[in-house]
Amino acid sequence: MNGASVLDFARGPVFEIALAMLIFGIAWRLVGIFALRRPVDYSEPRAGTGWGSGLRMIVSRSWPRREFRERVLHWDIVSYIFHVGYAVAILGYVPHIMLIRNLTGLQWPGLPGGVIAFAAGLSAGALLALLGHRLTSPVLRRLSNFDDYFSWLLAFTPLVTGLMAYYGIGGNYQMVLGLHILAGDILFAWLPFGKIMHVILLAFSRGTTGAAYGRRGAPI
Amino acid sequence: MTDETIRDVLTRRGLSRRAFLQVCASVTAALALSPAEAADMTKRLETAERPTVIYLSYQECTGCLESLTRSFSPGIASLIFNDISLAYNDTLQAAAGQAAETAKDTAMKNAWGKYVLVVDGSVPLAQNGAYCAVAGRSAVSDLKRAAGGAAAVVAVGTCAAFGGLPYAAPNPTGAVPVSEIVRDRPVINISGCPPIAEVITGVILYYTTFGVPALDHLHRPMNFYGNTIHDRCYRRPFYDRGMFAKTFDDEGARQGWCLFELGCKGPITHNACPTTKWNGGTSYPIESGHPCLGCSEPGFWDKGGFYKALSTPTGHWSRTGVVSGAVAAGVAAGLSTAAVARARQGRAQKKAASADSEPKNPTS
Ligand code: SF4
Repeated sequence: MNGASVLDFARGPVFEIALAMLIFGIAWRLVGIFALRRPVDYSEPRAGTGWGSGLRMIVSRSWPRREFRERVLHWDIVSYIFHVGYAVAILGYVPHIMLIRNLTGLQWPGLPGGVIAFAAGLSAGALLALLGHRLTSPVLRRLSNFDDYFSWLLAFTPLVTGLMAYYGIGGNYQMVLGLHILAGDILFAWLPFGKIMHVILLAFSRGTTGAAYGRRGAPI
Repeated sequence: MTDETIRDVLTRRGLSRRAFLQVCASVTAALALSPAEAADMTKRLETAERPTVIYLSYQECTGCLESLTRSFSPGIASLIFNDISLAYNDTLQAAAGQAAETAKDTAMKNAWGKYVLVVDGSVPLAQNGAYCAVAGRSAVSDLKRAAGGAAAVVAVGTCAAFGGLPYAAPNPTGAVPVSEIVRDRPVINISGCPPIAEVITGVILYYTTFGVPALDHLHRPMNFYGNTIHDRCYRRPFYDRGMFAKTFDDEGARQGWCLFELGCKGPITHNACPTTKWNGGTSYPIESGHPCLGCSEPGFWDKGGFYKALSTPTGHWSRTGVVSGAVAAGVAAGLSTAAVARARQGRAQKKAASADSEPKNPTS
């Protein structure tokens, strides 16, 4: 397959399949979770319905609690660098905004290419550091399974291929761009089926836990 | 080729040495040759034998020949096509019918094994090649016969190089590029819809003096197709700064911002437009405010729409179908998973309840 056909393939059928898998997976998981039987809580609510606590927990769990701060704060910062860099690269780059507009009709002004490349570079560096941490921390290593490493790879590949395409590294531009879009397609397709689904479930899981805790009067 | 040298022909046509050097300078500039190579080319052009060029046209629109004959550098174009080399071209010549066929046969016979065969247009293979025939012969058999005596074949235009418009889906005539028919001798692709006149003439002159030029993986001369439009585009600083025209008449378009959002295919298109330009160096499509269509790349008609940004999907299937199908399947799968889980929850609850109501073994 030459560069042009890889690019056409990635922008054509593979994208549509990836989109279908993304939507199917998200619908499957959300409906599957929301349609589950909820355990009946017979206890007296101590602080209203707990909705406020649910919302509060979505925010409060975004930062380590004071007790753990000294031990984990630096890794939280690295993780933030990765996430913010990733978001800037996805949401700030005009070719990506074009894709979002094509899918949703929404659009916003983009950022200069240099800013995007800087954010993507930082994000890739942070992702590498996080992998190193995962591999060297005995606890994390034991907690990690195939999903963690595979999801890492799927998050890392679009960053690297995107930077290669931007800087014209890797020879044939069409091939590199095609591989970048292909990597994005695979990330799309895998998102609902692995741990990357946290981008969507994060708010629900934190909110549900926060609401349950709040109802019982636990401090959030 | 004939025994006459190019210089002999030019002298006979009354071209002064000064004019000859001017022509050489414009050719070498177009080819972006180094000063040493340029001097070498001038020397070789003086002594090179006059080449014979036979120009055949198949499934095409004559746009390539139009580009060439209406070139704003008639010096070079007419140098090649009128003065020194063109032995046969069915569109330009006065002869028609049997006389034209005889002229072609004679030109081929006189320079058998030595002529440069220029082909313009794709070659249809469906229905035994019946979609394009010349003098009762199908294009494919005509091309095979002519290529048999050629030293090299130059496929001019995207139709000849990659199939072009006739090759676009659903390709009803079974069109193929020249390189799929001619496999036993060098094929140089000069793609573009149409190609730049100076590129066509430059490549023929280069071949005459140095032989087959360095080619890329699609058999295009690196001198002209080594860079993308985007690499040399004067709007590139706007691309890098994230400044894009959103419509053809907005402020961005008036300010000359990048045309990526309007579907520019410059980042994946290899051609000499930004450097050689068109109409005597006047401008090129992007300079005139229109995004690059990617006309010198294979399959450019089938890349999902000229005005669709390169980063957007080509729209392989109906988007509504994909989205609604995926939502429906996802909801169905979610409900069935939840139903199974609920049944399991119910069974577990019932089991727990019956365990609670069972009398406890006092000894346990
Ligand atoms: S107009 Fe096209 S070729 Fe020029 S910088 Fe923009 S995308 Fe690249």
